Amino acid sequence: MILKKKRTNFDVDEKITFKTLLKPFLYLLPFIISISIFTIYPFFNAFLISFKENYKALSGIFSGFGLANYEYVLTNETFLLALKNTVTYVLWVVPISTALSLLVAVMLNRKSKLQAFFQTAYFLPLVTSAIAVGLVWRWLFNFDYGVINFVLSQVGADAINWLNNPTYAKVALIVYGIWSMMPFTIILLLAGLQNINEQYLIAAKVDGSKPTQIFAYITVPLLAPTIGLTMIVNMITGFKVFNELFALFNGTPGPAYSLYTVIYFMYEQFYVKYRLGTAAASAIVLFFIVMILTLLQLYMQRKWKNY
Amino acid sequence: MKKKKLKFIDLLSLTLLMCGACIMIFPFVWMILSSLKTQVEVSTIPPTFFPTKATLDNYIFALKTAPFARYFLNSLIVTVVCVTLTMFTTILAAFAFSRLKFPGRDIIFAALIAMMMIPFEMLIITNYTTIAKLGLMDTLVALVIPFTASIFYTYILRNFFLSIPDSLYYSAKVDGSSDWKYLWWVMVPIAKPTIITIALLNTIAAWNSFLWTVLVINSTNNRTLPFGVFAFIAEGGVRYERLMAAATIVVLPMIILFLFARKYIVSGVSRGGIKG
Repeated sequence: MILKKKRTNFDVDEKITFKTLLKPFLYLLPFIISISIFTIYPFFNAFLISFKENYKALSGIFSGFGLANYEYVLTNETFLLALKNTVTYVLWVVPISTALSLLVAVMLNRKSKLQAFFQTAYFLPLVTSAIAVGLVWRWLFNFDYGVINFVLSQVGADAINWLNNPTYAKVALIVYGIWSMMPFTIILLLAGLQNINEQYLIAAKVDGSKPTQIFAYITVPLLAPTIGLTMIVNMITGFKVFNELFALFNGTPGPAYSLYTVIYFMYEQFYVKYRLGTAAASAIVLFFIVMILTLLQLYMQRKWKNY
Repeated sequence: MKKKKLKFIDLLSLTLLMCGACIMIFPFVWMILSSLKTQVEVSTIPPTFFPTKATLDNYIFALKTAPFARYFLNSLIVTVVCVTLTMFTTILAAFAFSRLKFPGRDIIFAALIAMMMIPFEMLIITNYTTIAKLGLMDTLVALVIPFTASIFYTYILRNFFLSIPDSLYYSAKVDGSSDWKYLWWVMVPIAKPTIITIALLNTIAAWNSFLWTVLVINSTNNRTLPFGVFAFIAEGGVRYERLMAAATIVVLPMIILFLFARKYIVSGVSRGGIKG
């Protein structure tokens, strides 16, 4: 898709000489240096480290190559819990935020005088620090004085200990996750909606279809590729959940260590326990999850190209 | 009859949108309102919506207890330097990948595109060691140098550069303009909206960066705002009116940026991602 862009015409008489190579090289140099040191090298090194057993970073000492790190990670209860939590998080947050965003996007797609206000209100979480806003959510979820429990008390429900009960803590994280994922999703769906040929909608209206019918039988099917792609991008984001957790539970993995996520596990192995090998192995598990999702995304993009 | 029904739908959607907008924006409103309340007012039941007597005490406390002015300055320096360097490497690389000719160009570019899927978190382990070996631990430089090039932004800008007609290049050549001049005097001005967009996405990402900062920064004076506000819990105690003041200090600059540059940011995000 991207790469099939028309090549610029190579001049016939131009020969490859040292000089013609030097110029592109100089233009690329700053970019290549930065990418090589801080992206390409650490990427391959992560694989290498994941096979080094008992690796110590600063001295560079390790006892040998092997699969011990993977064995440790894949049989470690905490890692399996982290994986389970992350998958649960993704399975709740992605569908719900997509459904809500679809509703909002369809309504936002009509021209309105309040457009600027609505865009600001719905898109603001996009630009704000997940850590700072996480503290605000912590305050909203506060047991004694939080607004959420106050609203519950107004409708006659009991106050919930959101942040200290493992089950409700998960709900709190998911709620915060949905809220922070919605702006991005709405924007992508809006872009998709604006690409739908208006002729279809006009034709349906002329035929006397109801707005709900138009939504279900025209808008949603035509938007399906965008919805699918958005969900995959969001799944990738969801698998990397960390900041939200860190802010909501004050740097701990939830009440009673119940809310480990994959990145939190990696962070702890690396930064708290100095187990670089297992940190790398868990990072590589994450990489393969992201890679599979990305390949799925590319496959879908290709399949739906002719829409 | 039919018209009336349509109007009802419009009204319904407007009401729903309004409710949704209030929910989305509520955390920000509540953050600011709480930051202006006293400790007593913040812990009254039922909670008051507007502060009965607005006070700036929490801001004063935050600025006194923790060096928030310093954090702010650090965040500003890191963000500005990071964005400037990234834009520089991005513009040059996008030019090479779109305008210059060299063997293997499109293959190298395809390989770079494939690397976009690498999660940044995977690179942390090695980058941490690299920074330590360079002796840059606990410096602001450590917050900048791993983020001086972006494949994603280069990809966006290269695509835009490709849409600039070749004829412009050849006529500039005939006029005796060098590639360097052509890039900065013709292409960059034409691509200004795209460059502003990616610079804004970069600004947001740099300002909000957290995990990497926590790893490489130790001393109080080198903290950036998101780290500073997190550390403030330990220093200022779990006093929500104070925490909300600190959170406001972190969030407000980006809210202001968004209000002024909404269109650019939204158009950038709709191109596929904010995190790069």
